[in-house]
Amino acid sequence: MTAHNSTTHTGTAAPATRPAAPMTMAAALNAAIRDAMVDDPSVVLFGEDVGPLGGVFRVTDGLYAEFGETRVSDSPLAESGIIGTAIGMAIYGLRPVVEMQFDAFSYPAFEQIVSHVAKMRNRTRGRIQLPIVIRIPYAGDIGGVEHHSDSSEAYWAATPGLTGVTPSNPADAYSMLREAIASDDPVIFMEPKSRYWSKAELALPVRTAPMNQAVVVREGADVTLIAYGPTVKTAIATAELASEEGLSIEVIDLRSLSPFDDETVSASVRKTSRAAVIHEAAQFGGYGAEVAARLTERNFYYLSAPILRITGFDIPYPSPKLEEYFLPTPDRILAALGTWEWS
Amino acid sequence: MPHDCVMSLNVESAPVITQPAPTPLRLIDDAGLAVDPSEAGGFALPSPEILLGLYRRMVVARRFDVQVTALTRQGRLATYPSALGQEACEIAAVASLGALDWLFPTYRDSIALLTRGVPPEDILASFRGEWHSGYDYYQHKIAPQATPLATQALHAVGLATASKLKGDHTVALTLLGDGATSEGDAHEAFNFAAVWQAPVVFLVQNNQFAISVPLDKQMACRTIADKAIGYGMPGYFVDGNDVAAMYAVVSAAVDTARNGGGPSLVEGLTYRMEAHTNSDDPTRYRDSSDVDAWRGRDPIERLEKYLVSVGVLTDAERADITREAEDLAAATRECMTRTAVIDPLELFEHVYATPRTALAEQRDFLANEIAEHEAAAAKTTGESA
Repeated sequence: MTAHNSTTHTGTAAPATRPAAPMTMAAALNAAIRDAMVDDPSVVLFGEDVGPLGGVFRVTDGLYAEFGETRVSDSPLAESGIIGTAIGMAIYGLRPVVEMQFDAFSYPAFEQIVSHVAKMRNRTRGRIQLPIVIRIPYAGDIGGVEHHSDSSEAYWAATPGLTGVTPSNPADAYSMLREAIASDDPVIFMEPKSRYWSKAELALPVRTAPMNQAVVVREGADVTLIAYGPTVKTAIATAELASEEGLSIEVIDLRSLSPFDDETVSASVRKTSRAAVIHEAAQFGGYGAEVAARLTERNFYYLSAPILRITGFDIPYPSPKLEEYFLPTPDRILAALGTWEWS
Repeated sequence: MPHDCVMSLNVESAPVITQPAPTPLRLIDDAGLAVDPSEAGGFALPSPEILLGLYRRMVVARRFDVQVTALTRQGRLATYPSALGQEACEIAAVASLGALDWLFPTYRDSIALLTRGVPPEDILASFRGEWHSGYDYYQHKIAPQATPLATQALHAVGLATASKLKGDHTVALTLLGDGATSEGDAHEAFNFAAVWQAPVVFLVQNNQFAISVPLDKQMACRTIADKAIGYGMPGYFVDGNDVAAMYAVVSAAVDTARNGGGPSLVEGLTYRMEAHTNSDDPTRYRDSSDVDAWRGRDPIERLEKYLVSVGVLTDAERADITREAEDLAAATRECMTRTAVIDPLELFEHVYATPRTALAEQRDFLANEIAEHEAAAAKTTGESA
């Protein structure tokens, strides 16, 4: 990284509001980082290929040219090094936004994330805060080879001290990433790769619900489908199919995995009395187990049926030609709902 | 500093880094005699006044270390990893830093904290089991003592890089052990530092044991300092029991970093005189003859001989140093008589900056449980009265 000097271009101010335009999730994330960097000179961005290339998914496209080497830089290819140095920068007052290039490539950084990022604030009785955003492109359905399609959210969600969020659409992508960068807590920001190219009409800087809240994205009366990240689209498609058969499905986009929005989800489950959680990750010990358990503990007497988990199988993520058999589909979800006793 | 390392990503233009000497650099030998300047690697012997200051700090630090080990043997501390015999490395590290520089220590470096001004009570908070760490990091510019090996080296590189990005002149120094250099994070830290030309100094205290495993089972290269060459930074192999050499080399490395010259790796060859911790039994893996030999190379006794020979360590001075050391030992014992009262509900206070409903519920649960236990205990007491 080159040192600060007076000729460094620090970007031009972001206009207060911009006209609505169609935008992909990748572009919305890019705009969020850019706007945050304009608003706050302590925000720095680094990781593998995030510089001139703009990231392998182009999420950081143009930021190196706009902000220069002082604020945006390629790092050596070492994930523990990326997180470890981000910790030191945060201690010194910067707000690093770093990228783990693919979900499974975050594992070399596991120790730094779990032993330091998550624990520093508690260890130091609040004296040292680590406002770091760790962006992780995650999950499958992109025809990726091995190590490019993992859903690792349960590791992060199970770690006290981490905040874990995942947007499912471009508006949330912008709003939640802005909020994550502004947060004094470290945030694992999981970006569903299969949704990078999804589009929405956005007038930036768009603000959606606070990132720690779940949102009812489709109202229904009979069943609550709980989804997040890549499976929100699947859940909505399921609800549309089901409505043709006269079944009214409510879809919740969790958005935040840690913390979990008990209030919003429990209210929905109490209304519909039936719930299923959908994720790509394997079922055993997965995030859905926590959702089912805490909803049952809190709402048992409101339930008409056991809470189901419709998830990936308990196997490593398959190769591209077989992933269609692994991922939860509307048909599989509807079939699972059909196993309930409906009376 | 006798090197002209200016790293560049253009490999052809990068200067060759000279291989460190195969024998440790020393400025004062085992007998307490100054070595001939021709054998001093271009480093000047620090003045008697500087050395006297280092001597005072080493004596005081050792008194603290011995006191805390004694408290641990009495069962009054959960654990204490001693740095006995490593005072030259620890004190040279701290003495080389400026007030705005940052230190990234490990669990074995408590005397470095002490020397940089952390009160004994705050150092001992973690070893007493009160909290995982307990001092004012920003006041002292010392990161929490790291337990996972080599992880703190990356934090040091990150802080140093942030200093450089901001145009500051803050330098970071991290303390590592020989075992830690086997960790992947040590490699990543050395490499990131060299590529980013971070103003950081890696001080590896080679005390020759990782708990029980000797250095020859950690690595196959000649010295730890040699490893620096592969990263494109200078490495220095130094007698870690010679505080004069350690101070001369580390302070030169700090100056180099501060002046834009990038990182350095300094290996101090020393010996862990005590067990790894109070729960370790070193007789299972090393000979007492080895320990005795190293006792003969004691860093304090060696410097003492030199200071007496040049006439700066007077009886009055010695008495004053002893008084300071004993006062500190007394203050350390005294602080153990104070029991910190920690509210168990504080367990929930610091995990997140952003409040969480679920944590508030668990906090209330614990508060109720405590209140019920207290009420039950009060009732029992009342009945038996």
